[in-house]
Amino acid sequence: MCKVNIYITLKEAVLDPQGKAISQSLKDLDYDGVNDVRVGKYMQVELENRENAEQKIEEMCRRLLANPVIEDYTYTIEEVV
Amino acid sequence: MKFAVIVFPGSNCDEDMYHAVSGVLGEEAEMVWFKEAELEAYDGVLLPGGFSYGDYLRSGAIASVSKVIDQVKTFIASGKPVLGVCNGFQVLLEMEELPGAMLRNRDLTFMCHEESLDIRNNRTMFTSQYGTGETISLPIAHGEGNYYCDKETLETLKANDQIVFTYRNNPNGSTADIAGITNEQGNVLGMMPHPERAVEELLGNEDGVRLFESIVKNWRETHAVGN
Amino acid sequence: MPLVTEISPEVIEQEQVYKEMGVTEEEFLHIKRLLGRAPNYTELGIFSVMWSEHCSYKHSKTLLKQFPTEGKHVLQGPGEGAGVVDIGDNQAVVFKIESHNHPSAVEPYQGAATGVGGILRDVFSMGAKPIAILNSLRFGSLQQSRVKFLFREVVHGISGYGNCVGVPTVGGEVQFDDAYNGNPLVNAMCVGLIDHGDVQQGVAKGVGNTVMYAGAKTGRDGIHGATFASEELSEDSESKRPSVQVGDPFMEKLLIEACLDVIHHDALVGIQDMGAAGLTSSASEMASKAGTGLKMNLDWIPQRETGMTPYEMMLSESQERMLLVVEKGREEEIAAVFEKYGLEAVAVGEVTDDKRFVLEHQGDVVADVPVDGLAEDAPVYQPESREPAYFQQSQRQSYVPEIRNPRNVLRSLLKQPTIASKEWVYDQYDSMVQTNTVVKPGSDAAVLRIKGTDKAVAMTTDGNSRYIYLDPETGGKIAVAEAARNIVVSGGEPLAITDGLNFGSPENPEVYWQMEGAVRGMSEACTKFYTPVISGNVSLYNEAFGGHAIYPTPVVGMVGLVRETAHITTSDVKQAGDLLYVVGGASPEFGGSELQGMLEGKHYGQAPELDLETEHRRQQQVLEAIREGVVSSAHDLAEGGLSVALAETLFKEDLGCEVEIHGDVVTELFAETQSRFLLSVTPEDAGQLEELIPEAKFLGKASEHGRFHIIRNGATVIDEPIQTLKADWKGAIPCMVKSEG
Repeated sequence: MCKVNIYITLKEAVLDPQGKAISQSLKDLDYDGVNDVRVGKYMQVELENRENAEQKIEEMCRRLLANPVIEDYTYTIEEVV
Repeated sequence: MKFAVIVFPGSNCDEDMYHAVSGVLGEEAEMVWFKEAELEAYDGVLLPGGFSYGDYLRSGAIASVSKVIDQVKTFIASGKPVLGVCNGFQVLLEMEELPGAMLRNRDLTFMCHEESLDIRNNRTMFTSQYGTGETISLPIAHGEGNYYCDKETLETLKANDQIVFTYRNNPNGSTADIAGITNEQGNVLGMMPHPERAVEELLGNEDGVRLFESIVKNWRETHAVGN
Repeated sequence: MPLVTEISPEVIEQEQVYKEMGVTEEEFLHIKRLLGRAPNYTELGIFSVMWSEHCSYKHSKTLLKQFPTEGKHVLQGPGEGAGVVDIGDNQAVVFKIESHNHPSAVEPYQGAATGVGGILRDVFSMGAKPIAILNSLRFGSLQQSRVKFLFREVVHGISGYGNCVGVPTVGGEVQFDDAYNGNPLVNAMCVGLIDHGDVQQGVAKGVGNTVMYAGAKTGRDGIHGATFASEELSEDSESKRPSVQVGDPFMEKLLIEACLDVIHHDALVGIQDMGAAGLTSSASEMASKAGTGLKMNLDWIPQRETGMTPYEMMLSESQERMLLVVEKGREEEIAAVFEKYGLEAVAVGEVTDDKRFVLEHQGDVVADVPVDGLAEDAPVYQPESREPAYFQQSQRQSYVPEIRNPRNVLRSLLKQPTIASKEWVYDQYDSMVQTNTVVKPGSDAAVLRIKGTDKAVAMTTDGNSRYIYLDPETGGKIAVAEAARNIVVSGGEPLAITDGLNFGSPENPEVYWQMEGAVRGMSEACTKFYTPVISGNVSLYNEAFGGHAIYPTPVVGMVGLVRETAHITTSDVKQAGDLLYVVGGASPEFGGSELQGMLEGKHYGQAPELDLETEHRRQQQVLEAIREGVVSSAHDLAEGGLSVALAETLFKEDLGCEVEIHGDVVTELFAETQSRFLLSVTPEDAGQLEELIPEAKFLGKASEHGRFHIIRNGATVIDEPIQTLKADWKGAIPCMVKSEG
């Protein structure tokens, strides 16, 4: 079995109003030096086996989990015994 | 003309769409549960608003890979009209039948009220009954209607006259004030405003009627030859 | 996973564990008598939630009996999920209001969202299609950042849930007062439409029939929510956060579809939603109403988490769940209906004849209690009542404000959040889905047409708690009268009410005195207007840190019938040249007024008087005039008096007015005298209006110049651009919500 951690974020070029609001709010709380906040999604996917995991995950991300028009994704794979 | 209103789990403007084409326009229409759809026999497909699959993951994303989608793609390829309103528009974007994507509204809140729209292209099968440059008013009701596309896509949309409706006072941050676009072939229209909510005098707005009339008129004209 | 060892009956008794569950020593002894032994932990949990105020109404039952509940239109009164009222053509409306105050105080988004979810289930479990949601909200001062947060999140929660399920949120009201600083009120009302023959009941009839569970799986959320709702808020409430349930509107939407399908299935015997106290209350109430018993095997309950104990399963308040009783042997047919929507419906037990509520778990009987002991034989208290000192003191005080500049006062009043435009709120609600909404939020009542007929229904919520605080009985009458006025000015005939009684602790004699008075006043008004109480909800112990009780806040949710859509009337003056009339004169009544709150920062003196005869007569006359087609617009005079009402009616079309007043300026413009209406008519109809309503007094006319102009004895009292007033009124709430601090 393996556990895949997938991180989905809005592309650089896409405005993130939620991130902007949070960033403003942090500044209001006197956290100086907060340059930017981007809000994304984190998913945990459990796969039965490690075989072709990268390929499967890539495909899942492209087909459903992320929208390539507005989102980027990265992932890490951990093997679980 | 015979319409199919596709019902996904979580669709909630399906009955309104059905009521508009069937009850108000008097055309033949059926509500089709997404799993049971056989679209070949229909002349037009309507993808209604709502929260298909709860808008979980992204609006329209899960519906865009559901069972009926291959048939919708075939239907589109055949050149017949497909109208996606609100969540239906989001589904069409996620299906990549229309370019771009939908983001959360600029102010992050759901909004429901009437907006003034400019008709930017009345030479489509969906807008022929409107005047050039006419301004109409239609209700919007969405939390994720902030249309996004990159520069190149926007140029293509403009060059091909695919932008059909724009907001007078952009309520949600949409790129280039876009409220509705067609595909290149012109047989798919996606729009955030709800024409099906504006078809009766009693409810205070009839500006949506001509959109449905345009579809029907176009169909009658193209089918008159064969009859 | 190791099971947590449950506390033994001996320890429960010795260490008085029951007290932690809100069960008193006396009640514990009562339970022992009913069982003939000490209860185990699961049984005690079951009793504690069923005997909580929320489920048993033990402190309010005797009062609730005073309400008139019968009438010629009433098809179903209190006792089921929601009340049912005939509207002709074999159709009926189903409605109820319910509070979700405590959950919303702790976790406002989910508290409000699940409040909406719960009231929807009460209505569709009756077999009705939900057609509208209304919300009656009370918050503290918007100057406070915590209040701002609660306000924003409650509205988001209602919006997030209501929009997704596809039921329009069409109205209600929002009021602000310091009295709610620590304890906001969130009351949600749902109205449904049904054909007479489709009305369902939550009964477990037919010995041997199968009990089925449908919808979302059971998790540990909301455990002890019902007892939580029956305690005063304390510092501890934050740490009770797991008690708050999380809603899934998508699941609810599917459940609505499936339930509206399943009611047409002849294998269905009874259906009820799992609301407060979850599986415990739905199952035991269904058996109690049918005079049967019920046996369930908890191993069959669909579970979201592993290792759940019987106690946890029985007390879980996981959302979006229904309990059904179906004919034995036909379970699969029912399951197939749910299957279409991807929902699970499984058999979990059967109806028995021994009037006992029996639960099995992993081969053991884990609870065996008499059904009647949970419901009918629950304790009923007659709390002590005492007139509070403030009442007599307040009655002796009189208050008439001194005002130098009426223009500034009007501008300030329009910016008071209770009066200011609530567009910021209702713009976040889908008020149009289902395409029936003829009169949208912002008018006195919402009006929805009934497709396929020429009828419409008008609906509203109301309840000015300041008046009730000053004089519970008069205030109670006013709450009902004002709701009826809202219905009448919209062109409807009041049919019935649902009541949401929000009070402090009934164990405080002064609070109980407020309850008594309010219920007496409401009952009297309901009798006078022929609007029986068909459903309702009681929310007590609304006291924030330090024992500050809220203002007594009974909320009236009312539905009326508009006979013909042509009668539908809004509050907006339609065009320049239309003539303005006021029905009813003003007296110097400022106790509990918006003006008093604004100038004095508190409320004292006497509540405005209300004469039910006068009120009823004027309502009849106004409705008659509307039905005759004479009235162009109609508005109820409420907070802020005539000046505010007049301004509100001019904003939509940006009209001005030329109005002349006589008598005392402050009284004429700002007094909150009751039973008054503001009407506009075209000049052609003026004669007929004066005939139909002899009391109608000519005020002036609407004008094109866009100035709000009021004169007295030839001198200008107020002359202000309507745009300025509108900007004050529209901008106030967005400005307060967005500002920091």
